[in-house]
Amino acid sequence: MSEIKKFLYVNRKAPYGTVYALESLEVVLIGAAFDQDVSLAFLDDGVFQLAKGQKTTDIGMKNFSPTYSALGDYEVKKIYVEKESLEQRGLTPDDLLHLTYEDEDYAEKDSIQLVSRAELADIMDQQDVVMSF
Amino acid sequence: MTMLHTVNKSPFERNSFDSCLSHAKDGSSVLLIEDGIYAVIKGSDAADKIQGASGISVYALGPDLKARGIGEDQIIEGVTVVDYGGFVDLVTRHDNVQSWL
Repeated sequence: MSEIKKFLYVNRKAPYGTVYALESLEVVLIGAAFDQDVSLAFLDDGVFQLAKGQKTTDIGMKNFSPTYSALGDYEVKKIYVEKESLEQRGLTPDDLLHLTYEDEDYAEKDSIQLVSRAELADIMDQQDVVMSF
Repeated sequence: MTMLHTVNKSPFERNSFDSCLSHAKDGSSVLLIEDGIYAVIKGSDAADKIQGASGISVYALGPDLKARGIGEDQIIEGVTVVDYGGFVDLVTRHDNVQSWL
């Protein structure tokens, strides 16, 4: 059994204009099988990935936003959203998906934590591995 | 000469939108498509720039707003939402089209 490392996936792109967001989500789900300490960060245009109410039928692309709700089942419990990025884009936490996980007592807890730019810088600083998308 | 400008990049990631607005002349139209639609969200810096640009008609493509979860209640006033048919109508109503990539 190797040592558990802290992995941070950094998401900075909007969901449908490029393939980065979908690729990141796939890598996170694959990586979740390896029992590491995983966190996700959403900043800059990455915050748009978590917008609720996405309906892609008219643009002929797959709506992958429901998949973020599965992250809790994969033991991905720490999802950091940068407050300044939301504000610059005219969004509030209410505009985002409600993501949860179950703790040891099967109580439902919120996965999304709103953090400041300075707090996110500290979180980035504490990682063993940072993957950028 | 009337020009239809299209912008398909996020105003927060590229300067396509800013450059388009500063080159668009009075009487021209700007159609926001794909990630360009993020410019119309109420309370954002980009939306303030649209509201400051009088003399230009601004449109946003409905299917791209819907795909990205941006509801009509989140959009600033003065922006007209069009469907794919409306996109075609805009192209035919203008003399030329310029794409800001």
